[in-house]
Amino acid sequence: MTSLPTHTQRKLGLVIDLDTCVGCHACVVSCKGWNTENYGAPLSDQDPYGAEPSGTFLNRVHSYEVQPTDGAAQLVHFPKSCLHCDNAPCVTVCPTGASYKRQEDGIVLVNEDACIGCGLCAWACPYGAREMDMAAKVMKKCTLCVDRIYNENLPEVDRVPACVRTCPSNARHFGDLADPGSAVSQLVAARGGMDLMPEQGTAPVNKYLPPRIKDRLDQSDQIDILAPFLAPVTDQPKGFLGWLDKALDRL
Amino acid sequence: MHPAPSIIAFTTLSGLGFGLFFWLGIGMPGSTGMVAFVFFAIAFALAGGGLIASAFHLGHPERGLLAFTQWRSSWLSREAVLAVATLAVMGLYAIGRIFLGTTWVPLGWLGAALAQGTVLATAMIYAQMKTVPRWRSILTPALFLSLSLGGGALLAGQVTWALILLVVAGALQLAWWWQGDRAFAASCTTMASATGLGAAGQIRAFEPPHTGPNYLLREMVHVIGRKHARKLRIMAFGMGYVLPVVLLLIPFSHVMGALAVISHVAGILAARWLFFAEAEHVVGLYYGKR
Repeated sequence: MTSLPTHTQRKLGLVIDLDTCVGCHACVVSCKGWNTENYGAPLSDQDPYGAEPSGTFLNRVHSYEVQPTDGAAQLVHFPKSCLHCDNAPCVTVCPTGASYKRQEDGIVLVNEDACIGCGLCAWACPYGAREMDMAAKVMKKCTLCVDRIYNENLPEVDRVPACVRTCPSNARHFGDLADPGSAVSQLVAARGGMDLMPEQGTAPVNKYLPPRIKDRLDQSDQIDILAPFLAPVTDQPKGFLGWLDKALDRL
Repeated sequence: MHPAPSIIAFTTLSGLGFGLFFWLGIGMPGSTGMVAFVFFAIAFALAGGGLIASAFHLGHPERGLLAFTQWRSSWLSREAVLAVATLAVMGLYAIGRIFLGTTWVPLGWLGAALAQGTVLATAMIYAQMKTVPRWRSILTPALFLSLSLGGGALLAGQVTWALILLVVAGALQLAWWWQGDRAFAASCTTMASATGLGAAGQIRAFEPPHTGPNYLLREMVHVIGRKHARKLRIMAFGMGYVLPVVLLLIPFSHVMGALAVISHVAGILAARWLFFAEAEHVVGLYYGKR
């Protein structure tokens, strides 16, 4: 049924730290690696070694330049995958019932056997979290690694989404955002976790932690101590270069 | 949004077909026998042909029957249910008119209502999309319904109604363009709200996730076609609305009527192409495009 549940017991999701993400794309690779050989149809590539490669990804990392009114520009790496919205517009538009949000943990999933590949759910998602697989012709999306997080065949440390497990800078955190005592909820409270496109009314479960202000070397007093030593001592070339400069001037 | 030819053909032709069904259903014209057969054949060809065209858009048309199950929540499912109900009711009604020479009036009215319900459901698929501000307006279903009724009246030979409804549809088309050009700014969705980085400063897309294109960019970020949007709007409005009205105002002949229909359909196809090509999806903001 593509009606949304009125309430989910838990809200499993991700907290992504834009302050510590280094933009290495390891989460993109591990996501594709795990999900191409587990839940549902493989994540295909088209023309992978050709001139115009393209493929299905459930997680992509954008990079943005933020230019404050004063001071140096900052680079912010921005991973983006399904936000498992409470008010998921992708679910209600589905004509076949293939898209659904689970009552027990809030994960938004696609039953690929019922997907007719109409693409309407991808239109309804403001975040670009759903991509049609060009080989399987069904809609693919982040499953929050539903086949890892409950998988008792895996060591306990691995029972988190592949992207979280692999992140070398600890920029990705997984947990229950409905529980105010959980580590992810505390992180969101402490760091001012935010929603993406709140005006769209999707009520995303995933939260983003804003980047902290970076060091401002250009505005610091400390730089003045060394500045005299770093200032250029001469504008005129000497020695061989000085001769060459004069010689060329005379030509 | 990517202007898929199958969807443009579907929405235009089925809109006309269901419009013709409406006028046949309420008995305007109330002809029977061979004349009725020609009218119903045109309506079924347009509406049914449009539905088949839309099936080409699906990745798995063989699972299409499942699309009739989610009418409680999905406008696409409602459209499928209403379309098939219309075809079934009008099929029965057509048998009476063509072969038995009788008009089952209540059945005709039911079919007429279902036909316009189908057009409403089609329009609502687009009007419900908060992600495409240009579409999310009450004017979208108003435009689709007036076009269906106006085009249907044109095909049904209801000259007076066609004149009135085409003028109304033309006015709605202008209003829709006017509000659509302002809708993205009015939606308040910007790169700042998309990334949450607005408080830190001016945001610029520095690097996309991959060097190549992807499904999202192909399907939802269509920037090529807008170059000639203004010229196309003038052509669409001239052929779709102005010329048919002029042709209907001069004394009626079948040649002029046929020319009015051809001009109307060509204009509406152009307008429908713009409907998609000019529609900007908010996901483009993540790529620094619109």
